Amino acid sequence: MCDRAGAFPMLHGYLPSLLDGAWVTLRVAVFSLLLALVLGLIGASSRLSPNPLLRLPATVYTTVVRGIPDLVMMLLIFYGGQVGINVITDALGMEYVDVNPFVAGVVTLGFIFGAYFTETFRGAFMAVPAGQLEAGRAYGMSRWQVFHRILFPQMLRHALPGLGNNWQVMQKSTALVSIIGLSDITWLADQAGRTTHEPFLFYAVVCVFYLLLTAVSGLVFGWLERRYSVGVRRAAA
Amino acid sequence: MTQLTVEDLHKRYGDHEVLKGVSLSAEAGDVITIIGSSGSGKSTFLRCINFLEQPDAGRISVAGEEIRLVPGKDGHLRVADAKQLQRLRTRLAMVFQHFNLWAHMTVLENVIEAPVHVLGVPRRQALERAMAYLDKVGISRFKDSYPAHLSGGQQQRVAIARALAMEPAVLLFDEPTSALDPELVGEVLKVMRGLAEEGRTMVVVTHEMGFAREVSSQVMFLHQGLAEESGPPAQVFGQPKSERLRQFLSGNLK
Repeated sequence: MCDRAGAFPMLHGYLPSLLDGAWVTLRVAVFSLLLALVLGLIGASSRLSPNPLLRLPATVYTTVVRGIPDLVMMLLIFYGGQVGINVITDALGMEYVDVNPFVAGVVTLGFIFGAYFTETFRGAFMAVPAGQLEAGRAYGMSRWQVFHRILFPQMLRHALPGLGNNWQVMQKSTALVSIIGLSDITWLADQAGRTTHEPFLFYAVVCVFYLLLTAVSGLVFGWLERRYSVGVRRAAA
Repeated sequence: MTQLTVEDLHKRYGDHEVLKGVSLSAEAGDVITIIGSSGSGKSTFLRCINFLEQPDAGRISVAGEEIRLVPGKDGHLRVADAKQLQRLRTRLAMVFQHFNLWAHMTVLENVIEAPVHVLGVPRRQALERAMAYLDKVGISRFKDSYPAHLSGGQQQRVAIARALAMEPAVLLFDEPTSALDPELVGEVLKVMRGLAEEGRTMVVVTHEMGFAREVSSQVMFLHQGLAEESGPPAQVFGQPKSERLRQFLSGNLK
């Protein structure tokens, strides 16, 4: 700890705390990404389903969630969720249960971005030519084989640019979790800035952290896009 | 031995009846070509045979096994057992007008995909088989290319190798040369002639009258959803009985 604290003397010993905050932010981002991917795939499949019982709720989900500010949604789920849980625990005669801010942050961000991912995946599924799937069926593949051998890999190529964009916005939205009391990098930097009267220094650190995170993500998505566009733009695997 | 029988196939889209009872029977080694103008129902007929379209009525047997059908809610027939359909589809390999090679796989991967993942052929054996068929259609040097980097004629030859690799009872060709540039048609027809000479059972929907006349054992002329005339090519092309067939031929023969 002493080493880490001493590495950047101008940070007044706040480096370890900021690193802890960065770790929280990173975890929130990654877990909400996973949740958003799952919700997005389910949402897109439902939106494209011939069954209206699946299509309607998915349409309501993307319309409502994409139409409400992220900040308001976060407050609604965190405080509204706490009220809801209290009602349930009271009714069941259970003890008071606190909403864990980490879980609340991940669930909210995943839920919000799942709606954007739904639309991204929906467009990507629709971009795969019908003949590709027909050939799979004609050669005796099961529905699952057509999905995971043909539709999914081809869909991913169309989805990746949109997913990269969604992910970029999502990483930055993790800063919102500071308002529900999660000690993420933004919240900790704000505290440090107030205590030391050097807010700009600490906000600058946060900026550098987010820029690094988004830059590395950009590289990863660039690599994924190249990998999944094999056979279209480049011949080499 | 009878490889494929289709009896009294009906198909309608809304109020429009596309097929009004079409039958076909292919013995081993038969090459049956189906000709007719656009909208005559010939592609729909072929696509009903492997259930890419749902027929409304009729019976289909592949290599002596009948596809079990039950009436669905929408009036179309439904396959009673999806597993049986999957199995019978592997006996009917289709070559599409627009090739439909899987774009994210190399030529070789396209050819081994269904043998390995559907038929369960060991990968090593599937690779050997694939190379033999790619050699046969003259395209083995492109085995590691992706479909997008090949010409239409080359893609269609790969598609034929993909069909052969299933070692099917019947090869179904859905206008295999219609999407090709004129100078590429010949290379595909040449491969198809070779297959006919080997005694493979083929059902070919085509606009290539030369191929139909010279290669097929039987020609069926579809008009407005009915088999207006059928028989050996010498008879259908030499002494057409119906006025419509005469009109069709005079417009198509050069």
